[in-house]
Amino acid sequence: MTTTLYTSDHEWLAIDGDVATVGITDYAQQQLGDVVFIELPKVGRSLKKAEAAAVVESVKAASDVYAPVTGEVLETNAELAAEPALVNSDAQGKAWFFKIKMADKSELGGLMDEAAYKTHTA
Amino acid sequence: MLAADQNSLKRTPLHGLHVALGGKMVPFAGYDMPVQYPAGVLKEHLHTRTSAGLFDVSHMGQLALRAKSGKVEDAARAMERLVPQDIVAIAPGRQRYAQFTNEDGGILDDLMVANFGDHLFLVVNAACKEADEAHLRAHLSGDCVIEQLADRALIALQGPKAESALAKLCAAAPAMKFMDAGPHEVAGIKCFVSRSGYTGEDGFEISVPAADSERLAKMLLENPDVLPIGLGARDSLRLEAGLCLYGHDIDTATTPVEAALEWSVQKSRRSGGARAGGFPGADKILAHFDQGASRRRVGLLAQGRAPVREGAPLFASDAGGEAIGQVTSGGFGPSLNAPVAMGYVPVSLSALGTKLFAEVRGQRLPLAVAAMPFVKNTYKR
Repeated sequence: MTTTLYTSDHEWLAIDGDVATVGITDYAQQQLGDVVFIELPKVGRSLKKAEAAAVVESVKAASDVYAPVTGEVLETNAELAAEPALVNSDAQGKAWFFKIKMADKSELGGLMDEAAYKTHTA
Repeated sequence: MLAADQNSLKRTPLHGLHVALGGKMVPFAGYDMPVQYPAGVLKEHLHTRTSAGLFDVSHMGQLALRAKSGKVEDAARAMERLVPQDIVAIAPGRQRYAQFTNEDGGILDDLMVANFGDHLFLVVNAACKEADEAHLRAHLSGDCVIEQLADRALIALQGPKAESALAKLCAAAPAMKFMDAGPHEVAGIKCFVSRSGYTGEDGFEISVPAADSERLAKMLLENPDVLPIGLGARDSLRLEAGLCLYGHDIDTATTPVEAALEWSVQKSRRSGGARAGGFPGADKILAHFDQGASRRRVGLLAQGRAPVREGAPLFASDAGGEAIGQVTSGGFGPSLNAPVAMGYVPVSLSALGTKLFAEVRGQRLPLAVAAMPFVKNTYKR
């Protein structure tokens, strides 16, 4: 069963066992505007929680995407790298950024569920 | 931005319309301005290139300069004490791009100067307008009366369908050529219209009394060819057009020659010309014309997809060495579907095709010196 959690920095994580699929929220893409370039982490890279993991460039500015948990990058979304505008059309679906093998699932304790995230962005 | 700061921002006469149209408002040059509308920067940019975009540029300064003698030639001669352009030669009904210079040859502001027959009409940058007015008063008050036209809005209508859109409201519009400027009625409103803009597209700037500005903007927006366009797309359009943004690509530390604006300085004001020099910083600027400057503003095209933005240092090689220059404007060019930038480099590295590197997030990204404009302009000559 997949659970989706959210960070206060507007990343979402879909949890499946000890693997998390990470992207940015629909709220975040609305704030950023038209996305034109995405820099994804290299497969195999070890990320620490809160470390800058990816970069999203909109027409106007560059924004960091932070690793929501500690772990190793298993896979990145090649379709997203080729078509950054997917973030604007399907931020919480097709436009996932990377999959990470979580080192410490207790880190998930500090994240928000959908209801809490809705309150956070209200 | 804090609420208190938001409240201190000035509003143009079209502020209410921006909010009603769903504009995303941001602080810009002391004004609360729309950076984009619901369509978004990319669509707004592309719409302007293929149809017509309406921009509120009312934050810019509008000034009238009248000679006390009553003769516009005297106002033009006075103005030549402050800019390196040939103002005397601007025929009635014509406009020219100019720069106020300082004693070091740097640029205090860039502006448009129109000859309205009996006086000069100036359009200056929002952030500089008070300083420009003070500068004009300090140097020209002996001969001229300077009036800030604060009760006027300024609307830019840009793009290939700007002419047909404006023609419905202003019979004189189609006959105007690039840089024609003068008083014309638009929808029965007494306006000043110029065939100009700052997007690289054919188009018009319409100075309209503040009280009539929302009515006029709404009439233009009733045309399905016309969409409201925010500052985001205005910036990407002018960047693709290779046009300087004051405070970024030109400032008090850049001369017109360094900025590759030689085309804007007529021969009459250069060494050997009929009215050579006589403007602030003439010694340095004319030396740059005669002997060349050591650095130059160039266009830059990245090889990859990553935008190279303002402030990125430029290098001659992919590793080591000192920075040789800096990007002064950069971003994504929607019409090119690729990153575009401009910046300053040593003249020895300014030839078209020169390979350079920009440092972005610790990596050196390859780019090449490229011809500007990046997108061909469509002015009606």
